Amino acid sequence: MKHTSIEKIIINNLKRDNIQANDIVTVNVDRVMIHDIFIPFVAEKFEEMGFSKIWDPSKAVLIYDHLVPASSVEDIRHFKIGDSFADKYEIKNIHRSDGICHQLMLEAHYVKPGDVVFGTDSHTTTYGSIGAFSSGVGYTEMAAILGTGQLWVKVPETVRVTVNGKLPDNVTAKDIVLRLIGDLGADGANYKALEFTGSTIFDLSIASRMTIANMSVEAGAKAAIFEPDEKTAEYCGILFEDLPKISGDRDADYVNEIHYNAEEIVPVMACPSSVDNIKPVAELEGIPIDQVFIGSCTNGRLEDLTVAADILKGKKAADHVRLIVTPASREIYKQAARSGILNTLISAGAIITHPGCGLCCGRAGGILSEGERIVATNNRNFLGRMGPASVDIYLGSPAVAAASAIEGKIALPKP
Amino acid sequence: MDRSQIWKFNNNVDTDQIIPSQYLLLPTIDEMKAFAFEPILPDFAKVVKSGDIIIAGENFGCGSSREQAPRILKELGIRAVIAMSFSRIFFRNAINIGLPAIICKEAYNAAHHGDQAELDLSKGSLKIENNILSCTKLSPIMQRILDHGGLVSFLNEEVL
Repeated sequence: MKHTSIEKIIINNLKRDNIQANDIVTVNVDRVMIHDIFIPFVAEKFEEMGFSKIWDPSKAVLIYDHLVPASSVEDIRHFKIGDSFADKYEIKNIHRSDGICHQLMLEAHYVKPGDVVFGTDSHTTTYGSIGAFSSGVGYTEMAAILGTGQLWVKVPETVRVTVNGKLPDNVTAKDIVLRLIGDLGADGANYKALEFTGSTIFDLSIASRMTIANMSVEAGAKAAIFEPDEKTAEYCGILFEDLPKISGDRDADYVNEIHYNAEEIVPVMACPSSVDNIKPVAELEGIPIDQVFIGSCTNGRLEDLTVAADILKGKKAADHVRLIVTPASREIYKQAARSGILNTLISAGAIITHPGCGLCCGRAGGILSEGERIVATNNRNFLGRMGPASVDIYLGSPAVAAASAIEGKIALPKP
Repeated sequence: MDRSQIWKFNNNVDTDQIIPSQYLLLPTIDEMKAFAFEPILPDFAKVVKSGDIIIAGENFGCGSSREQAPRILKELGIRAVIAMSFSRIFFRNAINIGLPAIICKEAYNAAHHGDQAELDLSKGSLKIENNILSCTKLSPIMQRILDHGGLVSFLNEEVL
């Protein structure tokens, strides 16, 4: 029997010989992530369900990121409820200001290749970058997992996405995933897994694979999956020989196959106000902007800040443009400080903010005003996402964001 | 059979449109529900009536995992959301909190905003004006959770 990557992970999880797409199965959960916005609701539902202990407290991770640092007095309530829930039910893995949940789950090695992981945030698909099956759930369902260690899932059908060749200069993983979302549509992968393969994909860093896995949910995907390789082993701190074999069989039952030549991918943006409204940056050049945001769980990693710093080095953001840079974690923040990247960005006029989700989810740290326009590297440009509904959000790569900051309008990076 | 007024929405209604994230920190669902659909229909919470139904196009509830999206609709008295398709997290969340989320491919084209409809949940049929449409059945596990009124009761009454 031939299987897709996700099917192999689930077969291994269930210790069964065989399963197929659309089977409904109950998986054993290897790790869960709960973030600050939903912890009060998880706690309430957990107690309503009558549980007295977490199935395995060592498998739960609690991360404060959406509300860090607090921007209203109400935010603190979430931290207090989180702290007391962790204390009562013996959760030791708590991060109170270390960075964005999806970055930390991988960076701190909470997730291993082959794991089955659920989180209270939709971008939990990010962990597919290292070969885990991971997806977002609501808070009631999270409470049920905390009590039982299990969750029912429908085995997803898989779309195989192959990218071969060498990406042109200034074309990045962000452009690959935006192009894919544009081609699939915002629901084109609904309930499905997106399995990525091809020479371009294996050439990508883990950070870039995270960008693609992160945004796969914007096409509706239940999960994204990348075959673990030497880079995965190194990132995860495990021996290559010890990696589980998670490679989709060539003749497995894929529901759809999509092929791209890397050479044909160009810098693109998701235009207001949907993630699948994709246009080449070349067609958007010259649109005036008020703000640029480089950060988020999609594009706030060291390689993203490095790309931006290379473009901004010795230059300044346009006078009227607010350039906001948010490293995805404290560790990235430290590395960017040590390597001089932060200094370059600060000298170019950037406002550096603490790792967190505030601006991306429209809560704090640079929200916009009526009728303003932003170029941003995060993952959603929904109406009202980063301020009032009249704000126009253009999503693009860190390279396009940095070039646009200098020009004060949407711009392609200079070759 | 109770008649329900239809609220019609297009494709890809996302969770930020259903409840923008700045309201998620309000301490209760009751306070939150006043802001339902604020970016696209700011008066929705004031004018929606208990028993009304939502009919939408493809991918209703796409975006974030926020369970408050189906919760506030339920609290506002929405009897069911009927869509051509749902985003997966919204779909699970809706059933888990006891809000019927029903797939009916034909409803969107048959419905007009403000039409009256008769929804028979037990039969899975929807009557809009003179059209009688059949809805897709839930999977057995989801139907059992919905029959219990949501995941909390399901776990309390059937599992634990």
